[in-house]
Amino acid sequence: MASFVRIQDEDFDVGAEIHALRLGNPGVGAVASFIGCVRDMNEGDAVNLMYLEHYPGMTERELEKIATEARGRWNILDTLIIHRVGELKPLDQIVFVAVTSAHRGDSFAACEFIMDFLKTKAPFWKREATPQGERWVDARVSDDAAAARWKP
Amino acid sequence: MTIQLVFLARLRERFGVSREVLALSPPIATVATLLDQLRERGGAFAEELAANRAFRVAVNQEVVALDHPVKAGDEVAIFPPVTGG
Repeated sequence: MASFVRIQDEDFDVGAEIHALRLGNPGVGAVASFIGCVRDMNEGDAVNLMYLEHYPGMTERELEKIATEARGRWNILDTLIIHRVGELKPLDQIVFVAVTSAHRGDSFAACEFIMDFLKTKAPFWKREATPQGERWVDARVSDDAAAARWKP
Repeated sequence: MTIQLVFLARLRERFGVSREVLALSPPIATVATLLDQLRERGGAFAEELAANRAFRVAVNQEVVALDHPVKAGDEVAIFPPVTGG
């Protein structure tokens, strides 16, 4: 059982990542995963380019904490969280979460939980370039509400 | 006492600095006292760190409340609400 966390500039290959995560473990009966991508619209404006900044050190710690919390709540095997930073453009993949478990219920729930907490706890910030200029993206109240659903 | 300040994202841009070593004499007790001192700088600091503005403070990379203690050698980061994912 392991929690893998990676922060990187480069893109990732979803198939290869899932293959590596379940490799050689016949106890894995389910893999649930989520991919977040850059959209070409936000708040009604066209987005041409996005820049992602993070707080190195704290980011990794927060993501490890979220994975550990998920492990305490569900019967899961391995988790993988990849988050890209730097310059991204529409269609690019930003974030990837994959969770393995014996049965699907655990990995489905844990994957959604990890994403909801990543959105509200992990220190990443988006700046986007629109035809009106550059701006920092504001935090969403709906993201707080999504994380609050998981209160025990 | 000396602490390391870290400013991130929009606040880094507004303050025009990403890291700074701050010598505090006399020493300060809590995050709240530190914020009071930073507000006294005026300008963007007074504006962005006003009580009605949304920002977060992490001491040694853990998000904390305003009454959290600040000790010599701590890394104190101030940043906007997060927007990753």
